[in-house]
Amino acid sequence: MSAIPSPTRASDKAGHEVTPVMDFRNSYFYAVFWKSFRRNRFAVTGGAVVAILFAISLLAPFITPWDPAAINAYQVLTPPSATHWMGTDELGRDVFSRVIYGARISLYVGFVAVGISLVIGVMIGLASGFYGGWIDAILMRFVDIMLCFPTFFLILAMIALLEPSIWIIMLVIGVTSWMGVARLVRAEVLSIKERDYIMAARSIGASDMRIIFRHILPNAAAPMLVAATLGVGGAILTESALSFLGIGVQPPIPSWGNILTSGKDYLEFAWWLSLFPGLAILVTVLAYNLLGEGIRDALDPRLHR
Amino acid sequence: MITYLAKRILMLIPLLIGITLITFAVIHLAPGEPVDMQISMSPKVSAEARQRIREFYGLDKPLHVQYVQWLGRMARLDFGRSFAPDNRPVTDKIAERIPITLSLNLIALILEFGIALPIGILAAVRRDTMLDKGITVFVFVGFAVPTFWLALLLMYFFGVKLGWLPISGLHSLGSDRMGLFAWFADLLKHLILPIGVMTFGSLAGLSRYMRSSMLEVIRQDYITTARAKGLPERTVILRHALRNALLPVITFLGFSLPGLIGGSVIFETIFAIPGMGQLFYQGVMMRDYPLIMGILVIGAFLTLIGNLLADVCYSIADPRIRQGRT
Repeated sequence: MSAIPSPTRASDKAGHEVTPVMDFRNSYFYAVFWKSFRRNRFAVTGGAVVAILFAISLLAPFITPWDPAAINAYQVLTPPSATHWMGTDELGRDVFSRVIYGARISLYVGFVAVGISLVIGVMIGLASGFYGGWIDAILMRFVDIMLCFPTFFLILAMIALLEPSIWIIMLVIGVTSWMGVARLVRAEVLSIKERDYIMAARSIGASDMRIIFRHILPNAAAPMLVAATLGVGGAILTESALSFLGIGVQPPIPSWGNILTSGKDYLEFAWWLSLFPGLAILVTVLAYNLLGEGIRDALDPRLHR
Repeated sequence: MITYLAKRILMLIPLLIGITLITFAVIHLAPGEPVDMQISMSPKVSAEARQRIREFYGLDKPLHVQYVQWLGRMARLDFGRSFAPDNRPVTDKIAERIPITLSLNLIALILEFGIALPIGILAAVRRDTMLDKGITVFVFVGFAVPTFWLALLLMYFFGVKLGWLPISGLHSLGSDRMGLFAWFADLLKHLILPIGVMTFGSLAGLSRYMRSSMLEVIRQDYITTARAKGLPERTVILRHALRNALLPVITFLGFSLPGLIGGSVIFETIFAIPGMGQLFYQGVMMRDYPLIMGILVIGAFLTLIGNLLADVCYSIADPRIRQGRT
């Protein structure tokens, strides 16, 4: 959702993106990257928020004042107060505690879904870019076809056929979001495979597999990192929309999306049920996008002045 | 131009076949059979009756035969009958919903372009000023905000708190007895919130895209030349730069379509608008397989047409494309 293709990246006839190779094993590269990243206040803020969210997810049981599942029939739909910072829901559960636990689900779904989409996208992109010819033609038509489907329709259809559960959500988001990664990796491979060191590796008799995974993949890592970071934000948004529609993470597991579902049902009586989980989604997705854009800018040598 | 068009249309055929293959695979690779749902509603169904239903839907035949039969019926725009209690042809159900979804999306799209393009141009021209930074912040928030949540907040504020705007449906009760003008005003009032949220949700992407496209063009030599000739900045930007900067925006139109159509599920569900998205959501909840397959294929087909239109527009705007040069 968030990764818009940037028209500023020049590309030549064969669709190679002209990006310099970034090697994460090179300490000079780190120094330049870090220097540029540190100067970008938005990116640093995004990174800090992401770190805090990780801490919150890990320490959730120690932070939450209440058990997120504890029902209290005497405290139904109470507005925010000193005891319940974000009020209570229709079953008297503490919204603050549920939002904190919701962070776990969101990060979990975000990371696993992006992991799945990265694995599929990288495999298809590598095969397509490295082997070219009819393999490339077939795989890229497959990408085109997948891109034709209104993504949300495809996701809904797949979930409807399988039972909605957190695993299915992650799987379905993963298998419907790899196309961008595949195109990106393919473009990287096309430009990397013409370089001298690949020729050198070939001349000493390295196998295809060794060239792909040892020489090409590490050098294509930088743009993949950007795509993955932006992808986490997108996956979290998709998960929350699915949960909101009632076909995502199922209650009683608290997810920001399904808290918002009851927010909609009690909109007239309890604004706090809608406000806080939505803010949590906004802040989280914003943080990942800022971090991702920050990494992209820091990797772009044209911006190093 | 005609050869380009013919080539481009021929290329659609493999894509169309791919779309139907994937739709078919998604439905048939899932565990369980489409008839299970109908049968589970009446537990007393005997084995023979089950077999009859299977034969009725052709489910007793091998998969590739089923696929070819389905493809054949689809070519005649026959998507079968809905599993919903009304049991109506899927084609009819979709046909009465599509105009609503398409016109809502079209209005939102026009507003989106009308607002996002000037914003993007402004941000590029005033690069690194406070204005640009403000727009950037707005764009990032726009990217990250869950649109269904924004819809909820606006519904609460304008609908519940202030009571200015209706929060669901397209017409008020009794709108059929209103005069034409009142009827139209009533419709407009119902449209403000959904269209507003839809437009806002897509502003960020387009204005960002416009900005970077404009920045790319401003760097070109011919812009420097235009400035060196002493042309006023306004002419340089609006006459020389804008034309080329708009080219990539045409393609943006093409690939923003699946998102728009897919997003209609959320908006139509929240605002109770009887469009294709709501129909799809209802179909999904009831596992109405013919309906799901029909809408998936039609949704993908609409995207395909949208992409074709975008490509044709692009080739009209940029002669290099249709002559096969890049």
